[in-house]
Amino acid sequence: MKTTAQRDHTENFNRSQEFVSPEVNICETKDGYVLEAEMPGVNKDGLEITLEGNEITIIGHRQVEPLNGEALFRESREADYRRVFELDPAIDTTKISAHMDQGVLTLTLPKSERVKPRKIKVD
Amino acid sequence: MNSLTRWHRPQLSTWPGFGQLTSLRDEIDRLFEAPLAELARTSQVLGGWTPALDLYEDKENVYVRAELPGMKKEDIDVSLHNGSLSISGERMTEGELQDAEVYRSERFVGKFQRTVTLPTLVAVDRIKAQYKDGILSITLPKAEEAKPKQINVSIN
Repeated sequence: MKTTAQRDHTENFNRSQEFVSPEVNICETKDGYVLEAEMPGVNKDGLEITLEGNEITIIGHRQVEPLNGEALFRESREADYRRVFELDPAIDTTKISAHMDQGVLTLTLPKSERVKPRKIKVD
Repeated sequence: MNSLTRWHRPQLSTWPGFGQLTSLRDEIDRLFEAPLAELARTSQVLGGWTPALDLYEDKENVYVRAELPGMKKEDIDVSLHNGSLSISGERMTEGELQDAEVYRSERFVGKFQRTVTLPTLVAVDRIKAQYKDGILSITLPKAEEAKPKQINVSIN
């Protein structure tokens, strides 16, 4: 899986709303891919995952209650999260599943059955 | 005979590259405007993870918020010592999948710690902390003597 990070960047210039890229871990096993994206402040309801062709766009809307009072020190960013990935054609897009826990999105992308290595019996 | 014609200021022709240059300048401006803390934070090479911290206060409470995605409540440690609040913990690797090939590993793994000096005295026994959606929110009620009070000035 490749990240279309270049593309992300130019889109940020033109948008009026800023997005931040979440940090991800990606690994591949013989059964499929697992992607973990860190998006603190995002829960299930704030997630928008769209699949278009062979590209998957992950958008996480932060839903954090604004703090009352006066800010003495502020490091968190208000921006929502966005990242786009190009999918390996071996992935069975109908079987993609997502799980959100404590601000971490875990996306499981299984490979199509026919792509997995299998033995062929010879008569 | 020489003809005198009114002098016209030469018009600036629109420069095709102009749009691109202003966006480059905006980028550089942003680089300088962004607080250094933010830049340091995103550079994990320079000594590990410093989770983003917010510190707010109002008349009644001091609020601290830390972004700590993907932790378990029990792995987060919050302690108060001499007016400084420390948030620390360790992010564990999840069990390695069998025969997994890693393409990207941007998430930080390991110990982290952040300490912040509180602006006032707080009532230690009434501190509340909540961990939701990867954000740790701590509410520290101000100690009575630290709350702002009106002092009446009488003039004789």
